[in-house]
Amino acid sequence: MSKESFTNTAAIQASLKKRYAREKRFQWYGRLAVLTGFVFLFILLADIVGKGAPAFTQQYIKVTVEFDPDRLGVEPGASDEELRKADYLGVVKSSLRAMFPEASGRQEKRQLYRLISIGAEYDLRDYVLDNPELIGQTLDIWLLAHAEAGAYLKGQISRKIPEGDRRVKDIQMQWLDTLREQGRTESRFNTLFFTEGDSREPELAGIKAALYGSFFTLLVTFLLAFPIGVFAAVYLEEFAPRNRLTDLIEININNLAAVPSIVFGLLGLAVFINFFELPRSAPLVGGIVLSLMTLPTIIITSRASIQSVSPSIREAALGVGASPLQTVFHHVLPVAMPGILTGSIIGMAQALGESAPLLMIGMVAFIMDVPGGVTDPSTVLPVQIFLWADSPERGFTEKTSAAIMVLMGFLIVMNALAIYLRRRFELK
Amino acid sequence: MNSIAVTADGIGEAGASSPEAGLDIHDHSDVKDYETVGEPFVEDPKMSARNVNVYYADKQAIMDVSLDIGKNEVIAMIGPSGCGKSTFLRTLNRMNDIIPICRVEGNINLEDQDIYRGDQDTVLLRARVGMVFQKPNPFPKSIYENVAYGPRIHGLAHSKAELDEIVEKSLRRASLFDEVKDALDKPGTGLSGGQQQRLCIARAIAVSPEVILMDEPCSALDPIATARIEELIDELKERYTIAIVTHSMQQAEVGDTKEVFTMPKHELTENYITGRFG
Repeated sequence: MSKESFTNTAAIQASLKKRYAREKRFQWYGRLAVLTGFVFLFILLADIVGKGAPAFTQQYIKVTVEFDPDRLGVEPGASDEELRKADYLGVVKSSLRAMFPEASGRQEKRQLYRLISIGAEYDLRDYVLDNPELIGQTLDIWLLAHAEAGAYLKGQISRKIPEGDRRVKDIQMQWLDTLREQGRTESRFNTLFFTEGDSREPELAGIKAALYGSFFTLLVTFLLAFPIGVFAAVYLEEFAPRNRLTDLIEININNLAAVPSIVFGLLGLAVFINFFELPRSAPLVGGIVLSLMTLPTIIITSRASIQSVSPSIREAALGVGASPLQTVFHHVLPVAMPGILTGSIIGMAQALGESAPLLMIGMVAFIMDVPGGVTDPSTVLPVQIFLWADSPERGFTEKTSAAIMVLMGFLIVMNALAIYLRRRFELK
Repeated sequence: MNSIAVTADGIGEAGASSPEAGLDIHDHSDVKDYETVGEPFVEDPKMSARNVNVYYADKQAIMDVSLDIGKNEVIAMIGPSGCGKSTFLRTLNRMNDIIPICRVEGNINLEDQDIYRGDQDTVLLRARVGMVFQKPNPFPKSIYENVAYGPRIHGLAHSKAELDEIVEKSLRRASLFDEVKDALDKPGTGLSGGQQQRLCIARAIAVSPEVILMDEPCSALDPIATARIEELIDELKERYTIAIVTHSMQQAEVGDTKEVFTMPKHELTENYITGRFG
């Protein structure tokens, strides 16, 4: 070994130490960044789950109900029509008074009635319609607790808060404590959350209408954005000549991807609702607006995916005499499909989580009914979250978090689907 | 068997009748005064090129090449990298059409029909003039589908049995059938490099082309796989007209062409073969 190379080795060794130290440091920065990300994610998720979890249970109170024909205003053996019109609220009230005869005065009585959800009267009606022989009998029935009473039973309201600052009064707390001691309270899984539409009463509010609205909206979005986006990408990538016009189109598509989503909402309001007179608050218009918003994403990812297909496959297909169209549909698209699907699903996930443009086209209306089609007024999950987050009642706070959990669940499912499809197509 | 040498200003060297061949098309603008040695033209050619110039935008890639490809002959083209061999080959079935900046001048005829005439259908042309590429490029589909694709899109088979027969025959001709007969539904991309290239040859002959163009078919292969493809080319010349671009002296040097390499008659050819070029 010559003297010169020996000195080189020493110099390199000296610098190696520095280089490795730099690498170590960099790795630690990376780990720190990942850790920070995870911590924030954990805090966010813990907060949402912590707040939302109680929404999945509901409190029921066992009330001794006397189906007094006089109070109901019906005779035994009355027709369904008469039974439907009977005064069930009166029965609920009198049953409560019978259980707590010490309640006196209008104020106290009203507070007593507020232990039970106003939905109880409809539950009783349905129950009696199913079992008309109950008229004249007395029996224990589990009735849904009012949201505030439920919150107290769940332990969310502290007695330490001054009475004036809380919506559950001392006397109500006494009654609820008594009911609990008598074993007349019960916590059940909240099925109403998944089977009901929105409501003014937190304990009766559910996300079914919003789920259906989201489904119809996304359906319209997918049916419009996916074929249009993919065909636009195929045309631009495989057939369109390269000239000023196509350059301009490309720049515009890239810019559209960066346009704030609320602008698309304004466009939907001005064009689809005001000009084309499509129905307001309908998933149809929401879907069109969201597909406009999603199109650039789908076109850009599809083009990138088509571009990345090896030119040798195109040459091979053309070489055996496939027409350009056959080349694209038989060979390029199947290879590009995983990328196209991933891009589309990410675009759809964006659309699922979008609320701003839908506010502009009236999908923010208070809608209790589950939509039956794309032209029925409806709302969507993120807008429902927005509406509930805006409501002052305590019950809606947990509903908000619970709805966010459901929304995130769907987003995770969609992203998992994207990964699954990608793997599946790539294996082929 | 022929090889051809063409210089920068478009001089063909050799044809069917001429043993001294070896095509080198090169780009030395300072070298102007080469001349054609031998006879680049044959009687009743399968394809003929006359005064072909190819440009990529402003850059001229091929200058004034005139050359015939005789029926059922294997014509081998050798030359330094970037001299335009592949470009010339790709003009023969208009594969250059997919490169927007590429422009072709001159006449190229396939049996007296100008393939650059306006009404020439490129789909039909490429079915008649098949191509095997430098890098094996099987479709990412099964072996069967790879071979069956061409006949299927051209409607060459009227039943599944007929298609099966074409696939088997093509694979046999590409001497691949015995290796893959139990794995026809396996992806073609899972084969070894040499097998993939033979699969591509099977795919090309499945549509029964009249001419097969091969663009350095062995450049990505090891010597053993290369030897198999060479044998195959030798067999295929019975049925097809083959134009092959190669860097391998052995491939260009088939049959009576040997003379070119052992006793080059043209100084330019000798320079290239002995490695004194450029």
